Amino acid sequence: MTKIVKLKKGFDLKLVGKAPLEFLQVAAATTFAIKPSDFPGIQRPKVLVNEGDTVKAGTPILMDKAMDQVIYASPVSGEIVEIKRGDKRKLLEIKILADTTVTHEKFGALDIEQDRATLVEKLAASGVWPNVIQRPYGIVANPADNPKAIFVSGFDTHPLAPEVPFLLQGDERYFQAGIDALAKLTTGKVHLNVDGSKAVPAIFSGIKNAQINQFSGPHPAGNVGTQIHHIDPINKGDIAWTVAPYGVVQIGKFVLEGIYDASKVIVLTGSELAQKGYVKTYTGANVSNFLGDSSQAENLRIIAGNILTGEKVDAQGYLGFYHNQVTVIPEGKYEEFLGWLKPSATKLSFHKAIGMFSFLKSGEFKVDTNTHGEERPFVVTGVFEKVMPMDILPTYLFKAIVTEDFDEMEELGLYEVIEEDVALCEFVDPSKNELQELVRHGIELLMYN
Amino acid sequence: MKLLQNLFDGMKPNFEKGGKWEKFHTLYEGHRTIAFAPDLVTKSKGAQIKDATDLKRVMITVVIAMIPALLFGILNIGHQHFIATGGEGTFLDKAIFGALTVLPTLIVSYAVGLATEFTFCVIRNHPISEGYLVTGMLIALVMPPFIPLWQVALATVFAVVIGKEVFGGTGMNILNVAMTARAFLYFAYPAQISGDLVWTYLGDKAAVDGFSGATALAVAYNSSIDGTPVVEALTSHNAAIGADYSFMSMFMGWIPGSIGETSTLMALIGAVILVATGVASWKIIVGGFSGAYAMGLVMNALQVNEFMAMPAHYHLVMGGLAFGVVFMATDPVSAAQTELGKWIYGILIGVLTVIIRVTNPAYPEGIMLAVLFMNVVAPLIDHYVVKANKTRRLQRATI
Repeated sequence: MTKIVKLKKGFDLKLVGKAPLEFLQVAAATTFAIKPSDFPGIQRPKVLVNEGDTVKAGTPILMDKAMDQVIYASPVSGEIVEIKRGDKRKLLEIKILADTTVTHEKFGALDIEQDRATLVEKLAASGVWPNVIQRPYGIVANPADNPKAIFVSGFDTHPLAPEVPFLLQGDERYFQAGIDALAKLTTGKVHLNVDGSKAVPAIFSGIKNAQINQFSGPHPAGNVGTQIHHIDPINKGDIAWTVAPYGVVQIGKFVLEGIYDASKVIVLTGSELAQKGYVKTYTGANVSNFLGDSSQAENLRIIAGNILTGEKVDAQGYLGFYHNQVTVIPEGKYEEFLGWLKPSATKLSFHKAIGMFSFLKSGEFKVDTNTHGEERPFVVTGVFEKVMPMDILPTYLFKAIVTEDFDEMEELGLYEVIEEDVALCEFVDPSKNELQELVRHGIELLMYN
Repeated sequence: MKLLQNLFDGMKPNFEKGGKWEKFHTLYEGHRTIAFAPDLVTKSKGAQIKDATDLKRVMITVVIAMIPALLFGILNIGHQHFIATGGEGTFLDKAIFGALTVLPTLIVSYAVGLATEFTFCVIRNHPISEGYLVTGMLIALVMPPFIPLWQVALATVFAVVIGKEVFGGTGMNILNVAMTARAFLYFAYPAQISGDLVWTYLGDKAAVDGFSGATALAVAYNSSIDGTPVVEALTSHNAAIGADYSFMSMFMGWIPGSIGETSTLMALIGAVILVATGVASWKIIVGGFSGAYAMGLVMNALQVNEFMAMPAHYHLVMGGLAFGVVFMATDPVSAAQTELGKWIYGILIGVLTVIIRVTNPAYPEGIMLAVLFMNVVAPLIDHYVVKANKTRRLQRATI
């Protein structure tokens, strides 16, 4: 039963710096890193290797003592060059210097017809498991759980996001195998949600063992959280899992080939990047080789991930486990004379308050990291509702988190959202509150109390 | 601009930690961010870019929407003065007379209000918020043409402190701050803000024979006592000296009243600005007018006295209804905050205004009390709208 959902609420950020659909020739990244901070649910990370060890792609290098069946594996073969720790010996990142040709740990092809417990155990020990995310909370799924459904969003509506079918070309076989394996893990359905405004891409159209649903509308139509809300929403006590399309492919490769293959296609975007396009690399790649001449330039914000939910890294930084995008935009550290009053049609704004004429402009906007104002209490009402295509009252939810009212947080739907679901609220908020951080704070309150 | 930036930079060390004016840091920041949008950048995690609109721009939009009402009010005060005193005045005479009457009130409202805000910001060490840009203008516009300035100052301090700061400042108040100021004066010093004598500023001149300073609402109320049809009483009011309270005069605003409230047309221009810019909720504005009109029709159906028999659309142009609905009821902080709640809140303001006007002889102007009352009720309305949302979520789980 295909479900067709047309969404009206939301906002598409049309930005300068979209990448053409072509592969770039850039020098390959040589170092890769695994960062515990990429996995919000990780509680007691334990490093399984020492500096100087040689590893293969798929060798376990990190685990969470709170959930010890799940292994975080090395994306490439090579040498552990640094285990970086911060204050109080907090683990920051494990860096691996890659061999020129990557060799893999051989696990052997996986028979998905065996019993679920063994299947799950092998997936968890392989390195592909962190692709499986649990809702509520947006953390790495617990293999012991039985989710009511598994959701895969087949398109990405974030600003400058990659075209998912382009990322996955050639992986059709693995994608199907991944879906087949996921279908064994739930008693419910696997939902594959595709962009309803376009023809269904070849990689998804003939898919078996999954229900295809169509979503259309502005961002966040492509967010899996939005999709879950309209297909089979998460109530208190429910557990659903989500996997990104790349994760499905990785699982499929493990099933068919018996290896943890962390090679992935990423997209290089943003107004400040001379060379924009797609690049083949591995999970957790160092970004410096992707930046071209921009790596030397000053006053640039290098973002691992997309502009709404990503993370600032320095020119020697690393992509996160889930990132498939690098965005480079100018930093906005400047004062602007009467900037709050000056009319402008070139500054990107969701609002139409006096002097903001960006709604008249149809083209792409160049943006920087300036906040365009200071943080204030919530004053304006009705704005978050316009960019939240769920039956959720965002302002009330945020206030419930601020006041740490547990009952209200639950009742107002905190189980249904994670950071990315409120990223647009954070962008449009004229009071400039840090709403993604706030939502994670609320989730942690619910998780650990 | 470099010059101004350097000036600020030069002062900066004094306001930083350890500087001699460290305590006044928030004032320094407040002024600097007015001159220059700050050089803040987004944090390393989360949204890496932010919308170009901030609260300052939202607030200044409201101020700009009120300017037509202010300018018309200035002109109208001069106009009413010359009618009442029998003198001939050119456009310029009227404007100058009006400006000299209004500007002191406006200046006192801003000066005293901002001083109070700054004091609290320094004591509490929180940033200066731009909310008072709007409040300062509103307070002046809801005052009678001439009012002792010390009363304006007192009302402003009361409204900012008791109406806002005790609740935690901008964004936290329950009552509309400007309406609180007016209500304070209304109950503390009724002689200067009610009755028939305060709505036309005569200055040092005497009124001409036959002049009556009663407002349209008072005329309408009186006609229900002596039994003349309201429309007749309104059109013949002051007709001898060349003025009237016809529907058109009231719509245009050539009538006595508070500084900014008389012209329905100017309020509507403001409403267009506020709705087109998305700053005010059109649901509250439409709800307010329709509620008042509907209640007017109900009154027509009852027809116990002449005031009740007055055509319902007269309610929309009399008194401060239009101004109150457009600028006061739409204050997002004190209004209902849910979308359905905004409809209910707006409609009830209109309904209550007409009920108070028609049935309560002590308060001919109903909009002030209606807005304040609905400010208090708004959280209750929202409570039920939010509860419905929670119930939907709960029912979903049990199916």
